[in-house]
Amino acid sequence: MSFITLQNIQKSFGATQVVRDFTLGIEKGEFVSLLGPSGCGKTTVLRMMAGFETQTSGTIVLDGQDMGGLPANRRRIGMVFQSYALFPNLTVAENVAFGLKIAGTPRAEAARRVDEMLGMVGLSGFGARYPFQLSGGQQQRVALARAIAPRPRVLLLDEPLSALDAKIRISLRSEIRAIQRELGITTLFVTHDQEEAMSMSDRVVVMSGGRAEQVGAPSEIYNRPATRFVAEFIGSLNLVPGTVRDAATGAIETPAGVIALGRTLPQANGSAVSLAIRPEGLHIGQDGNVVLNARVADSEFLGSIIRLRVMAGGNTPLVIARFNREGHTVPEPGQELTVSANASDIIVLDGVA
Amino acid sequence: MKSGRIFSALFFGLACLYFLLPLVGTLEFSLRARRGEYSLDAYRNVLADPQFHQTIGYSFILSLATIVLGVLIVAPTAFWVRLKLPRLRPVVEFLTLMPLVIPPIVIVFGYIRLYNTSSWLPLLGSAAGSDFLLVCGYATLSLPYMYRAIDTGLRAIDVGTLTEAAQSLGAGWVTVLARVILPNILTAILSGAFLTFAIVIGEYVLAALLNRPAFGPYMVWMGGNKAYEPAALAVVAFGITWASMGLIQLFSRFSKHTQARR
Amino acid sequence: MPLAPDRPAARLLVWLGVVPFLLFALLFLILPTLQVVTGAFRTPDGSATLQNIKGLLTPSILRALALSLKLSLLTAALGCVLGLLLAAAVTRGGLPGWLRGVTMTFSGVASNFAGVPLAFAFIATLGRLGLITVILRDWFGINLMATGFNLISFPGLALAYLYFQIPLMVLIITPALDGLRKDWREAAESLGATGAQYWRMVALPVLWPSLLGTFALLFANAFGAVATAMALTGSSLSILPIILFAQIRGDVLQDPHLGYAVAFAMIFFTGIANLIYVTLRARAERWQK
Ligand SMILES: Nc1ncnc2c1ncn2[C@@H]1O[C@H](COP(=O)(O)OP(=O)(O)O)[C@@H](O)[C@H]1O
Ligand SMILES: [Mg+2]
Repeated sequence: MSFITLQNIQKSFGATQVVRDFTLGIEKGEFVSLLGPSGCGKTTVLRMMAGFETQTSGTIVLDGQDMGGLPANRRRIGMVFQSYALFPNLTVAENVAFGLKIAGTPRAEAARRVDEMLGMVGLSGFGARYPFQLSGGQQQRVALARAIAPRPRVLLLDEPLSALDAKIRISLRSEIRAIQRELGITTLFVTHDQEEAMSMSDRVVVMSGGRAEQVGAPSEIYNRPATRFVAEFIGSLNLVPGTVRDAATGAIETPAGVIALGRTLPQANGSAVSLAIRPEGLHIGQDGNVVLNARVADSEFLGSIIRLRVMAGGNTPLVIARFNREGHTVPEPGQELTVSANASDIIVLDGVA
Repeated sequence: MKSGRIFSALFFGLACLYFLLPLVGTLEFSLRARRGEYSLDAYRNVLADPQFHQTIGYSFILSLATIVLGVLIVAPTAFWVRLKLPRLRPVVEFLTLMPLVIPPIVIVFGYIRLYNTSSWLPLLGSAAGSDFLLVCGYATLSLPYMYRAIDTGLRAIDVGTLTEAAQSLGAGWVTVLARVILPNILTAILSGAFLTFAIVIGEYVLAALLNRPAFGPYMVWMGGNKAYEPAALAVVAFGITWASMGLIQLFSRFSKHTQARR
Repeated sequence: MPLAPDRPAARLLVWLGVVPFLLFALLFLILPTLQVVTGAFRTPDGSATLQNIKGLLTPSILRALALSLKLSLLTAALGCVLGLLLAAAVTRGGLPGWLRGVTMTFSGVASNFAGVPLAFAFIATLGRLGLITVILRDWFGINLMATGFNLISFPGLALAYLYFQIPLMVLIITPALDGLRKDWREAAESLGATGAQYWRMVALPVLWPSLLGTFALLFANAFGAVATAMALTGSSLSILPIILFAQIRGDVLQDPHLGYAVAFAMIFFTGIANLIYVTLRARAERWQK
């Protein structure tokens, strides 16, 4: 049994079902992100975990304890909100001390803990200020310190970086992750920003329409998307429609010609599929086991990366990304070239794009 | 959570009892004029009393005058302070809030001493002068409400940009005020107006001490001399207040409607 | 006419825009108040004196002052507490949403339904032949008067004052309650706080400036009210404004400058209430922008 187990969670608001059959296990000390477009139910899952909403059915077990019926203030789960939610009438130190005071921590010990926490988030010496005297990034650091000060069993963060400037957002990512590692605190992080989820998490849960589409390590999610939604939501992707000709050898007919993947496919012969491949999975030249002829449509120079748009087999658009290296020339529009890929980089998804 | 809702419902129920019973009681009492059965006699008596018509007519005209005076004084000032003299804002706000701190009876006492027949400005020497002073007093009493309403209305529109836009199209100040600002804050002005009306129509102290034949003193006189008619008058007064507040709601809802469609 | 604010003439013109208002305020607000204040410290022939203020120290006036203070403090405090509870019940008590609109509208009406008609309403309900009195007598055999309750008395007057004090509080405090953010409460809960702890440590401190301001306003509101008391009790319950009313009417022929002193006392106390409010608010708002 995992440290946290969410088992078959369903949640409806009136007639609309917001979370569907959601199951997830989280290990102690793990950093797990819920990633998905706005409105897909991420916050709702988090709030059920925190005890602010009650699931329609299903169970949440934390450290062997069923959370059912346990009010939010007895769960010992820390929470960080997108809007910081600092108490405006309390100083930074008083905010951080709030949970300690509630728990009846002796004054001296609480003061020590507050100092420690403020030091950890890089705000030593800010204790006497009021929230309005801090920048957004500083406020969110205080909120983090406040949430972890009473040593919660779990830390929940609901889009904590979304309200911040791009620069602060990126520096806070690694800070949050470093603090999480240092404390070893089990963390559930909600975001709609895939880069954020991918760069911070041990595991990512991609959600859509209240369902967990795929759960896995960032590299797994990126390289082996389990569903069309995940494939399309994460990163950019070339999708080519096709029809399975021989499932045993992995032969698929596409507008750009027949492609042989050399592996057995689960789909039946004749079924419509889409072939998916990342732009960086395509190469110029013939060093892969799938080779196509193509004509360059246009090219974009992006500094470290060159992005080419080509037409393969006459009418199949593909995007190719390659590193920009000294001595490489940027292909001209109209130029003919061969494009290749490793069959193992090509993912077969059910249905037509 | 559950117990909170039960407590809320209970408390709300008690509040309803406290606030509605006097209304029911008044209505019931006003119908008791005839022995042994309910009747509208009290209302009939009130309506048949020429004094009722005179005093309520007088108070009605006075409240209209108060509204006009109040709008004329407050609207341009609030506009001007927002546009050109933001520095003066604390002063103006302080002055408009003063009538909430200084009791009306003190203000009218000051009037009596300041504007009596032997003073430099003997407003109280004539009926017209007294009426004027009463209107000014009412405008003073309603100053906090009028200013708040209009200032809130001005805050909702971008006065500076709107004015500059109008001026860049060649509009003069009068045009700017009358054609651009006024229509945009009409709802706010109407709110202030109806609130003023509700305050003035049954006001007692100022009218009584300035010896004017207004509705308030008439009601007190009835209270001392009749049994059931005062209850009927209270019902009428409550109806007037309710209508004023209802119209404020109606107008603000209506204007939201038109704004949403724009 | 475009105004260039750097030219002295233009700057003068800018100030001209507020002259009507300032003139009005001077004539009908400031001068009358000053007249009262200076009058309280002058003899009829114009020389300075403290005699008028000393004149306040008679038992009857002191009694009226104490009664007025008691009435205003009590109804302001009860108005604040009960109004806050009512507003909280309606806005966040889990009651149907439409109740809020109804309550706000009714509060707008009731807070303006002061003065003479309010007194009539209470007489018609709790007076000797009032609805509740009659119902209690005929249905339950309770004689309200025999229980010691008398509408024409301090508790009766306080009960009537609450009819406009509570709604006024509801009107003012509801927007402030809306300003309490849901995530403050949730943050507090996730840190282990109970509802009561949240209210004590966060919500009430945040509301404190509004509460103080409303208290001062309710106090002044009750302290200066004449008409309700007059219509309810005649002049039998002598509170300070009724004494002043009688002074002005000349019903009581005493030293004419005593009226000034009584009026000054009224400004003094409502002014003190607001001064306390302003000072306390400055302290309570140190965490605000
Ligand atoms: N209290 C609520 N009442 C009704 N619908 C809600 C409530 N909270 C959330 N929803 C709906 O549930 C869906 C998921 O919301 P949420 O969990 O906040 O999504 P996310 O955090 O992924 O953007 C949304 O469509 C939202 O409108
Ligand atoms: Mg969300």
